[in-house]
Parts: sequence; C-alpha cells; structure tokens
Amino acid sequence: MANLKNSFAGIKSPNPFWLASAPPTDKAYNVERAFKAGWGGVMWKTLGEDGPPVVNVNGPRYGAIFGGDRRLIGLNNIELITDRPLQLNLQEIKQVKKNWPDRAVVVSLMVPCEEDAWKTILPVVEETGADGIELNFGCPHGMSERGMGAAVGQVPEYIEMVTRWCKANTRMPVIVKLTPNITDIRYPARAAYQGGADAVSLINTINSITSVNLDIFAPEPTIDGKGTHGGYCGPAVKPIALNMVAEIARDEQMQGLPISGIGGINNWRDAAEFIALGSGNVQICTAAMTYGFKIVEEMISGLSNWMDEKGYETLDDFIGKAVPNVTDWQYLNLNHITKAKINQDLCISCGRCHIACEDTSHQAIMDSKDGKRHFEVKNEECVGCNLCVNVCPIENCIEMVTLKAGEIDERTGEKVSGNYANWTKHKNNPNSNG
Amino acid sequence: MGEGQLKKGIISERLNLDEYKENFCDLHSPLGQHEALVEAGRCYFCYDAPCQTACPAEIDVALFIREISNSNPLGAAKTIFDQNIFGGMCARVCPVEILCEEACVRQEAESKPVKIGQLQRFATDLAIDKNKQFYQAGDPSGKKIAVIGAGPAGIACAHRLSMYGHEVEIFDAKEKAGGLNEFGIAAYKSANDFAQKEINYILKIGNIKINTNKKLGSDFSLDDLSNKYDAVFLGLGLAGVNALGLKNEDAKGVQDAIDFIAELRQTKDKSKIAIGQNIVVIGGGMSAIDMAIQAKLLGAQNVTLCYRRGIEQMGASIYEQELATSKGVVIKHWLSPKKILTKKGQVTGIKLEYTSLKNGKLMGTKEKTTLEADQIFKAIGQNLISKNIKSLNLKNGRILVDDEFRTSNEKIFAGGDCIFDGEDLTVTASANGRDAAIAINKQLSKGAK
Repeated sequence: MANLKNSFAGIKSPNPFWLASAPPTDKAYNVERAFKAGWGGVMWKTLGEDGPPVVNVNGPRYGAIFGGDRRLIGLNNIELITDRPLQLNLQEIKQVKKNWPDRAVVVSLMVPCEEDAWKTILPVVEETGADGIELNFGCPHGMSERGMGAAVGQVPEYIEMVTRWCKANTRMPVIVKLTPNITDIRYPARAAYQGGADAVSLINTINSITSVNLDIFAPEPTIDGKGTHGGYCGPAVKPIALNMVAEIARDEQMQGLPISGIGGINNWRDAAEFIALGSGNVQICTAAMTYGFKIVEEMISGLSNWMDEKGYETLDDFIGKAVPNVTDWQYLNLNHITKAKINQDLCISCGRCHIACEDTSHQAIMDSKDGKRHFEVKNEECVGCNLCVNVCPIENCIEMVTLKAGEIDERTGEKVSGNYANWTKHKNNPNSNG
Repeated sequence: MGEGQLKKGIISERLNLDEYKENFCDLHSPLGQHEALVEAGRCYFCYDAPCQTACPAEIDVALFIREISNSNPLGAAKTIFDQNIFGGMCARVCPVEILCEEACVRQEAESKPVKIGQLQRFATDLAIDKNKQFYQAGDPSGKKIAVIGAGPAGIACAHRLSMYGHEVEIFDAKEKAGGLNEFGIAAYKSANDFAQKEINYILKIGNIKINTNKKLGSDFSLDDLSNKYDAVFLGLGLAGVNALGLKNEDAKGVQDAIDFIAELRQTKDKSKIAIGQNIVVIGGGMSAIDMAIQAKLLGAQNVTLCYRRGIEQMGASIYEQELATSKGVVIKHWLSPKKILTKKGQVTGIKLEYTSLKNGKLMGTKEKTTLEADQIFKAIGQNLISKNIKSLNLKNGRILVDDEFRTSNEKIFAGGDCIFDGEDLTVTASANGRDAAIAINKQLSKGAK
C-alpha cells in the first residue's frame, strides 16, 4: 500500500489533499465535516484584522460555465474574506486543531500592508496552535480595491516586504499564495522566495466575467443589474495553473521552494499531475463545492492505487518527476515525427476528425474510400498536429504513431533521422548557433 | 385482466373509460426542456451526418439538434420544416429505428442513438403550439396547380408551390384533409387531433384551397384538371385494398384493417368501438401492427398477428414488433391463411398453413393450424386504383415517374405511396411532394420565359 503521508513546508498531514482557503473552510462546522470525510488539511478561510468584519453581497456570489450535461467546468466568485468576527474564527481554529491534531490547519491571512497590522494578527493566530499561515496575495476582487489581496500580489516588492515581516514575527511556516493575474508568475514567486517564504501556493483565482445576461445586458453574476469581475476557478483553469506551477518548479532561482498546487484539481489524476510538476501537496476547492467532501475518498484511493501500480511508495518518489521534461519550445526535437492513426475497429464514423482537419488544418483525413464513408489519415499530408485526437469522441480511437528512425515521412519524402535536433541549430534559424 | 376482455362476441365498452384514455394517449410522452437539453447534448454534430443521409427528407439533423442545444428551438423547427413541412407528424410516426436513429453514430458507439425523433418533436411542437410561421406565399406567379389527394405528399407539394407564388387547389375524396395522417395512423401516435392541428398550421401559408369530398373519376377527371390548370400533382395514395382471395371473405367479422384504423381514428370516444374477444390480424406491415396493437388496447382478449414469412421480412420494424408483443399481441410467423371458418355467416376462426422458404420460394408445408377468431382483420397491403389515370404509364401497378416526379404526361406529376418504388412512409411522401413542387416550379418558370 502506498504511503500518502505528506510533509509540506514542515507541516504534516495524512494525505496531500488539503482544502483551499474558501467557503468550505470558513468555520468549524465545515472543517469538522471535511476532516471526518478524510481531508488531510485545510487552509482556513482568510482572516482579516480585528474590528467590524467585512460584508459580502447578499447574492448571487457565484457564476459558472458548463460543459455537456451541465457539468460545471468553471466557477467564478465575488465573495470576500471571512465575514465572521476574528475572535470566533480563532476560537474555532483552536478547537478544531485540538480535535484533529494529525491534520494540517493552516490559517489564511489578509491584513493591510502595514507591518503593525501583521504584528498584531500573527501572535493571536499562533496562539491557536495552527500549523502555519498562508498569505492571501491573490484575491482578485473587492479586497484588492482596498490595497490588499491581488493588489499586493501584483507588486513583487510588496510580496517580499510582507513575507519578510511575517517571517520576522512568527515561528509558523509562511506560505505565500500567488495571484495568476500577472504576466510572469516567476517574478512574484521569486519575491516570496527572497522574502523568506517557506513555500508558495498557486494559483489563486483568475479575473473573470463568466457570462453576460442578454436580457438585462449585465455581467454574471449580476447584483441588482450590475456585476464585477470575480475569481475564476474549477477544471477550466487547470492548464493555466499547471503551467505556472511548472514555471516556478523549473526556475533555477527557486530550487527547493515547496509549492502547494492549486487550480481545477477535480480528481486523483489531476492531483498526481500537479505533484509530478513539483507540487508538494495540492489544494482543492471547486470540486468539493460541486460534489461535497466525499470526493476525497476517490482521490485517496485513486492516487494510492496508481502509486502501487507504478511502484511509488511515498509521494517523494514522484514529486517533481515531470519537471525535467518541461522545457522551452526551442529545445523540442524537430526530428520527432508522428502521424495520426485511426483505429478502424473503434471508429464510429462521426467524421469530426475529417472536418476539423479539412476545414481548419491540413486536409490530411479522407472521408471516403471506394465510395463508402470511411475516415483514414493521409500520411502524405499529416503533420502530426493531434487535433483529430482531441476532437474524436471515442477514447483511444486515434493515436499518434511515432515514426522510427529510417522510416520515410511520406509528407516530406525524407527519411526520419534518429538524431535529436532542435530550433537552436536549425538551418532556418537566423540565430542558429549550429 | 379486466373481466370485460373475457366477454364473448364483438362488443364495445370492454374496458372502463380511464383505461381507454390511458391506452390511447400519446405513445411517447414529449421530452421536457431538461430532457431535450440532455439528449441534444449527446449529439456529436457529425460531419456529413449519417442521420441526415438516412432521412428520406434529408433533414439537417445535426444542425437542428445543435440549435436545440443552444436555446434556439424555433431555429431548430425551421431547419426541420425547410426540408419536411410534416416534421411534426414524422417525429411521431417515422420508423426512426430503421432511419436516422439507426444511422446515428451513437448507435454504433454505445447502442443508444440520440433520440432524434423525440428532439424533432420537441422543436416542431413548440413552433406549432406558438403558431410560429416561417414561410409566406411567394409573389403571385399567375399559375394555378391542382393537387389530387390531401395527404402528406399533396399538402407538402402545395405548401412548397405556395412558397413559389403559385395558387394551389387540392381535391380529396374524403370528408377531411390529411390522408393517412388523418385516417391511417394508430391513434396513440397522433393523439389530441394532431394531424388536423398540423395541417391547419401548414395551410396558414395561404394560397391553398382544399376541396373535400371531391373524388377523381366521379367529380372530375384527370383531363379536366390538366386542361384547366398549369400543372397537376397526384398524391393519390393507395386507395385499393388487397384481398386474401379466400372463400367467406365477405363473412361477418372479416374486415380490412385500414378501414377499422380509420374508423378508430375518427371516433372520439374509443369505448364506442366494438371489438371481438379473439382477433386474428393477417399481414406483416405497419398497418397490421397498428391494427393488432389497437385491438389489444380496445380490450380484445387474444390478438394474434399472422404473417406468412419471418421476422426479418416483416415490413414492420423489430421495434414495432416488440411494441406489439409488449402490449400483449402474439406474433406468429410463417403462417399463411387457408380457410375462413364461419357459422351462420359469422367468422368463428381461421385455418392457416405453415410455410417455409425453399430455394428462395415461399412454400406451404402442408402442416396446418386453426385459430379461434370472431374478427379477422386483413392488412396485406393496398394497391393503386388506376382506372381513373389510365393515360399514365404505370409500373408494377403504380405510377411511373422520372427523377423529377414527372409522369408520362409532362404536365402531371406524382409522389407518395402511389408512385413506383414509393416507400410507404409519411416522410418519403412529404419529401416527394416537396421535390415535385420544385420540379413543377422549374418547369413553369421555364415556360414563362
């Protein structure tokens, strides 16, 4: 049996599945239920400074986009940080941590960008026995208008400064949560690293308008005829998050910086992918908000069975295992040649591969043979783009076959070279150093 | 089983009123909004979609389903009506299991085709209920066209001709328009007087006049019409009924299924229809199935459908056969009627001989069986009554047309069941009418130059 025990920035948990700072972790009732369901840890929903709590809009707070069968694939929210009194949250954090000593309880924080504000809140959080803090530098709406959240996360100097304040004023590990609403994730991440962060977590939500109500001409979610950009999350953002995680994981300046992967993780496989790209653990929110806490059972058993199958005993055996294979385009092997191949036994003849290729790509799939409806790749036209694979409704019906060295590429008429050759040395590259 | 079913003789009111109501309501309840969206979401929007190729009217199925998916059901209805103005009835009566849905790639992928017929009904019902009119009569051409037969072929032809600006006059022998849609389809497939509702919707285009109770041969002749009008379209259907050729075929209790089905359709209160206790239906097509099922629904105790060939050769699809058996009809294959048994002029049973195929030829095996019956319904096909169209070339007893539905008289066109190679399907009739109208318009426009 694979061991899913997780140690992240010094914080221990029985598994790497943590709930992200969000409504599911807003109070003891939810967190207790989450721990009962089996979650390894929680990021308690962001606390602000003492005083009158923030107020939220009274609905709607979420917008969504859907895939087929109304499957939720993207969710956006305009909720702010916790709207409950600070003392109540602190009491509950203390009690929950006492009840669940083996689970990770990390507290998300967001206070104004003044050292005193941080100096005030850090000791009271520390007193709860929480395992660590997560600095919410990502919230893209509302709080950012008040100079917090993403307003800090978009300025690397502020990130470094606040991180430094926190490190100087608490014993707790400091995890810096990053906003994706920037041009290059490496700059804010490096700032956190410079400031002494114990880890970074990403991505926070993406600025978004989910849809426009065409009856009243207002963005969704609409509050009394108006809307604002909210934070976008859910399965649709996973590719963006994976890339940002990989960019940090392979950055030479941040080697060894633990990453908590967040963004559209919906099942064990998504989690494994984040871990393979260098995440020490993962945080989940939208999947739980869609299906409830029970999904963690599938995540635990799925990851565990996959690790057993692959022979990985602990998470460390594959954390970051895919990072060395993330590279720049210029280093991709231009001598690697693939051709699509349609499995005629599996093909149901929907013809989507043909029309996609014919209308929008390389005219490399025939639609008939001997006067009959038939879809087959024309190797002499196929550039191996993979579009047909992606539009095919049947799993594994079309596969990309790699030509072996010495085989003839029917498109170019040339023999496939067995040698690696990339753009840096290509004859068409004016800057070729080859 | 209700005790009414055990009563002897040919009697009405075998069931209670609620049972009649339930038995003759819609065969499939229409899809709701949610069901339609889920079902539409299953469509792959295939390239050169096989469902469209399989549709005799070549409806752009993938497009109309995508329109339903994207909250545009009226756009979907127009996509359907553009090809088949009888899209509403066809959604109810088409044997989709051997047409579009059989061709659906989901059938290949997981043996569960997209419910194309049901989705078509969803869109077309909405348009008809809202009386959303997509077409208007074209600018007057000054041409007048006569259509004989107010069935799907005739009305589809008239509708398209009206779109072109021609004036159309339809003549029908019956007291009501609709043809088989009104008189020949099982009641549970056209519940709530849908056939008339649909015709009223279609005729709103205007420029079409229907003359009922006007019979070719007695009220007018083909020559009268071809002299008076710029073109004539024949959507005659098959008004003749095939006979068994047995003794006692005129006995009390022996009846043509097609007449019984028509009577049933025209009778609002189904409890008033008398039906026997033991019923034998002879035939293997849709009328035989419709007859057998409805006999059962009227409360007959035993309904046996006898067909002289096997399952595969039956005109009715496997789906229809299973529908019949699920209602309690017993289907017996390889049985050929030999003798109608009577007592005092009333049918008491039928003697049949088992058959088999020998070298591709159907032969009697000499083994016989007898079935008790107080009613025998013949559903062994219809034929074209040709005595009033003698001037036209026929083939195998039906009207021969060219690929533009032109008969041997170039002013006269024909379509639907009455033509050679006709498919006996509402959808084919509708498509024929449409295409004949296109050809007529082409021909008349040429003449105008």
